[in-house]
Formats: sequence, structure tokens, C-alpha cells
Amino acid sequence: MSLVQAGLAATTNGYKLRAKRLGMVYHADGKSVAALENINLDISDGEFISIVGPSGCGKSTLLNVMGGFLSPSTGAVTIDGEAVTGPDQRRILVFQERGVFPWLTVEGNIGFGLAKLSRAERESRIAHYVQLVRLQGFEHSYPSDLSGGMRQRLQVARALAVNPDILFLDEPFGALDSITRVIMRGELLRIWQTERRTIVFVTHDIDEAVQLADRVVVLSSRPARIQQILNIEIPHPRNISSPRYLELRDELLKLIGLAYEI
Amino acid sequence: MELPLPKEIERMRVPVWLRPILFLATLLFIWEIAVRTHPGLILPGPIAVFAGLLELLHHGLLLKYVVASLFRVTWGFVLASITAIPLGLALGWYRRGEMAFNPLSQIFRPISPLAWIPIAILWFGVGDLSSIFLIFVGCFFPLLFTAMSAVHNIPAVYIHAGRNFGLSSAAFVARVLYPAVIPQLLVGMRITLGVAWLVVVAAEMIAVNSGLGFLIVDARNAGNRYDLVVAGMVVIGVIGLLLDLAMRSLEQIKSFRWRSSED
Repeated sequence: MSLVQAGLAATTNGYKLRAKRLGMVYHADGKSVAALENINLDISDGEFISIVGPSGCGKSTLLNVMGGFLSPSTGAVTIDGEAVTGPDQRRILVFQERGVFPWLTVEGNIGFGLAKLSRAERESRIAHYVQLVRLQGFEHSYPSDLSGGMRQRLQVARALAVNPDILFLDEPFGALDSITRVIMRGELLRIWQTERRTIVFVTHDIDEAVQLADRVVVLSSRPARIQQILNIEIPHPRNISSPRYLELRDELLKLIGLAYEI
Repeated sequence: MELPLPKEIERMRVPVWLRPILFLATLLFIWEIAVRTHPGLILPGPIAVFAGLLELLHHGLLLKYVVASLFRVTWGFVLASITAIPLGLALGWYRRGEMAFNPLSQIFRPISPLAWIPIAILWFGVGDLSSIFLIFVGCFFPLLFTAMSAVHNIPAVYIHAGRNFGLSSAAFVARVLYPAVIPQLLVGMRITLGVAWLVVVAAEMIAVNSGLGFLIVDARNAGNRYDLVVAGMVVIGVIGLLLDLAMRSLEQIKSFRWRSSED
């Protein structure tokens, strides 16, 4: 027993998710395209990680591999020391758009993964998450009657309702207008601080990454390699005009290869 | 002094709902006048057609024939639906199956269901069964292709999301696949039901001795009763319209019509 526990501890080293030497090569039309190359990443329990990189570099591919939707060509992902072989209810992927089921109401969507619970428990869970994402009064609305921001909050609620260890978010605010996006960042931070899940957040928005994450993983252009991992040690709530914030943001811009004067 | 005029015009305006009725009435009137000024056997007038309708009603033939035609359409359409839709969904999901099946279905698709009439009579004789078979053939391929393309058009996001929540295969079909294809399936079914209604009339002209198609041929053969021919045509048109409206009302159900409301 203690041997098994010692072995488990050795493989996880206290990390929630470990990606080791991940490589991904797509084969299409007789050509092979490398999307990921030698990705090594360790994520701690409860950590908020952002992944940024030039568009089309393979950010989403990396997220889909970690979530189990794609199997890597080389290397492996382990979560709690257990190899990831496919999608699992313990880790939910939140999509950029159209992620909620349009044929279900707000309640139906939040309760989607709760079919195995008793009716009373399901209802109390739904009520809790309706409250958490502030969709009270819309329980019986269909997604078509909600705004883009509300739909994304609904998707987060549906994900959290099944009590996952990890949330993978794939540019979840990418399709929202800039004001809604700022509000949604605050909402996500609030939810993260109350629910304490591990979050892996892919974005192309550098401000978003620096405002939210504990660490920002910077990917190179295709094939994606980890260029650098930046620690954002500023405590929340973050002052986005503080010198340290601006310094980190500028560093990130430089890493991605963007001048910060337009 | 200047304002009353528009008000007067406003009062003379025809309400929107009345306009199609007025238009139709005008057409019927012109039709009747034209028939009266040029007597002969070009076309019976609307009054004669209406009298023909009453005559059919009086003899109890109208109801009997309508029921006979609807009976055949229902059976042919339902049988085609319960075979073609599950098969189409399965083929759409398993692309290899579709690739294997595709050459065969592409050859069968352009064959008019009416081309099957001799074979229908050979297999099932003259009667309900052969016209049901013809409707089945006419509906099967459109429904098969509708179901296949409905599966192809499911956004990948729904499939990923469904998988993420650990559904069993049966639960996945019931809770993601089925609701995701319903809007497109309903549109395909409505169009196919229209096809079935076209086919039944043609089938009844040859393969049976009752129904609205039979009525039309029989009225001509039994003494050139063109008033009854046109009356039959009118009834076919009205019932076709009602079938279409019934299917459209299904598409309006909120949890069915999500696609049209979201995009």
C-alpha cells in the first residue's frame, strides 16, 4: 500500500497534469504537418494556466490532446498519474462558440451531465450553478434567447456542474465583444476563486492571459514548442495599470514577436 | 382640409388577410366568364367544378377516395421513414458504410418512382400494396439522403461536448445525435411527404381502383366528366397544402427548430 502510494507520488511529483515530450503530426493530402513538438508541461492542482501563441500555432491542438480528444503522435499526458486516453467527465472542454446545446434550456444544459444523480440532487446542483453564473430568471430560456456572454457562462456552468478536476477553455471569450470579454474575465476569476479548479485557458489575447493566469505558457509558431513560461506573481485583484503588470505584458508581447507600438 | 384625404384612403384599404381571397375570387370570376364566352370542352368553369365536388360528396365518393389516398401515403411514408432514417443516420455516422452504399443509392436515386409501376404490379398485383410500395420507393431515397446529410452537418462541437460528458452510445444517440439532426430531418420529411403525395396520384391512376388519382382517370374514362377531373385536382391541391402546413407546424416546436433560430 505504502509502496503503491510512493510510486504514485513519484510519477506525479505532486502535479495534477503532466505532459511529457508531446508531439503531434497531422497527415492530410499526402503531406504531413507538424503541429506540436516536444511539449513538456507540468500543471499543479488548482493552478490557472494560460496558453498563448501566434494564431494557427497549435494552441487548440495542445488543448485537445490534454483533454483526450486527440491522441498525440508521440509522448503522453497523465492526469493524477493516470494516462489520458480519451475524453472524460473529470475534465471538461469549454468551446469558443456554439458549445451549449441549442435544443435544451438553461436548466437542461446545466443538468446535461447529471443524468445519473437523483432528481433532488440534480435540481439543487442546477440551482447552485444557475446562481454561480448569474443566470437566475433564465432557467427555462433557450440558448437562442441568451446573449453571447450568457451562453458562455452557461457553458462554464454546465462544465462545472459535473464537478470536474480540470477545465480546459479554448478561447472561450474569443467571439464576444470587448466589453463583455472584460466582464467575463472577472466572472471567470470569481468562479475560479470560489470553485478552486485547475484551469487551462487558451487565448490569443495577451492582456487576457496576463490578467488571469498564474503562469503563461508562450508557444512558438508552428510546429508549436514551448518558448517560455512566464510567472505572473501579481495577486488578484490585479491592477492593470501597475508597472509590474505592464512590464509582464510587454515581455509577453516581445516573446510573441510583436512590437508594442502601432 | 389636407389631412382627411389619407384617412379616406386608409378606410378604403383592403385588409391584408382579405387580399389573397379577393385575388382568388377575381381569378375564379375571370375563369367563369372566359368559359361562358367560349363554350366548348376546353375546361369546365368553377361553378361546374363546384357542382362536381358536391356530387362527389353526395355519393360519398369524395371522403372514401381521400381516405384511400391518405391511407396509402401514410403507410408508404411511415414505412420509408422507419427504414430510411435510421439507415441514413447510421450510414452518415459510419463514413465507410456510406462509401460502400453510395454507388448503389446514387444509381437508384434518379429512377422515378413511376418507373417502378410495372414491377410493383408484378410483385404486389393491382391494389393497395403496390401503390404503398411505389410511395415507399419514392420516399426511401430522399429520406436516406436527408438523414445522411443531417448527420454530416452536426457541428463537431456538439459531438465533442456530448463525448466529454461520458455518455453511453445509446445515450449519445438519444441526447445529442437525435436532437441535433431533428431540424434538418423535419425539413426533409416535409419535402418528401410532398413527393409521396405526387406519387400516390400517379400510382392510383394505374395500380388501383380507388383514390384521388383513380377518380381523375375514372371520371375521364366514364364519359369525359372533366368537371369531376378538375374537382379531383382541386382536392389533391388542398390536401397537399394541408399536409405541408401540418409538417410546418411540427417545425415550429421550440426544441425542434433550434437551428433556424440560432443562425
